[in-house]
Amino acid sequence: MIFVTVGTDLPFDRMMRIVDQWAGESGRKDVFAQIGEGGWEPRHMPFVHFLEPVEFKRRFAESTLIVAHAGMGTILSALLHGKPILVMPKKASLGEHRNEHQTATARRMMELGNVNVAFDEAELRMKLEHVDELTTAREPIAPCASGGLVEGIRDFIFHPREAKPG
Amino acid sequence: MSRTTPKVLAIASGGGHWVQLLRLRPAFDGCEVVFATAKEGYRADVGAAAFRVIVDANRSNKIGLLKSAWSVFRLLRAERPDVVISTGAAPGFFALKMGRLMGIRTIWVDSIANVEELSMSGSKAGSCADLWLTQWPHLARDGGPEWMGNVL
Repeated sequence: MIFVTVGTDLPFDRMMRIVDQWAGESGRKDVFAQIGEGGWEPRHMPFVHFLEPVEFKRRFAESTLIVAHAGMGTILSALLHGKPILVMPKKASLGEHRNEHQTATARRMMELGNVNVAFDEAELRMKLEHVDELTTAREPIAPCASGGLVEGIRDFIFHPREAKPG
Repeated sequence: MSRTTPKVLAIASGGGHWVQLLRLRPAFDGCEVVFATAKEGYRADVGAAAFRVIVDANRSNKIGLLKSAWSVFRLLRAERPDVVISTGAAPGFFALKMGRLMGIRTIWVDSIANVEELSMSGSKAGSCADLWLTQWPHLARDGGPEWMGNVL
């Protein structure tokens, strides 16, 4: 099962149209999409607008590949479940998101070996053609964070800092 | 501190903000934690921990922002935590802003999605965060956010 998701916020028609076209042409029947409120409705794959968190997790667990916007919630979920993920960044300039961070987020996550990225429509088409070659993250992440961030926050909670001298 | 067990309010919008907040749970071991987010559907994520629902909003909806701020204010007044921590976005910023005024210690962890610059909420949080964190070392600076690691 391939799970296509645009996240909890705005739809992502630019991505959805290409995935839908590919699903139609390739004849794949194992694609399921979450398209967002008011999103363009695909013709070649079953879809829902939203998924409750529990249902979202179930879809994730059952999938062999995730195709998604470059949202950190979705990327972290893919790392956690050890699933390969292909992301396409939403662009604020096209009204797909509220700020323009997804391209940079996707690039960094790609450099870390965590995600496959299609930066534009042509690249998405090409990567879908070779969908079985997409790889999983180098190493899945643990269920929770650890290390410096967690320790630093703990230290702050349990040992209030002295007020800085003026 | 009036309590031996610190009480922490961990608050975030849905989606990626919430997923990142949950990944920080080991930081709250030994604390009384209240989780707050925008959807009832996330309750199952926190197990037996206390869970509250607040109103989410973003900057394209001014009335929504007011409703969100009000829901966060009521939550703070009801829970009276020692520490507020947020990974964003707008409701988390409100929690820090109002929490600071109520004498609550505040932590902002800017989303790992913000690779090139802090989010708008994250930049504004600098004025009301006692601990102001970015997850990217290249965004840390003197007088700005600190870097201690990330949620991965």
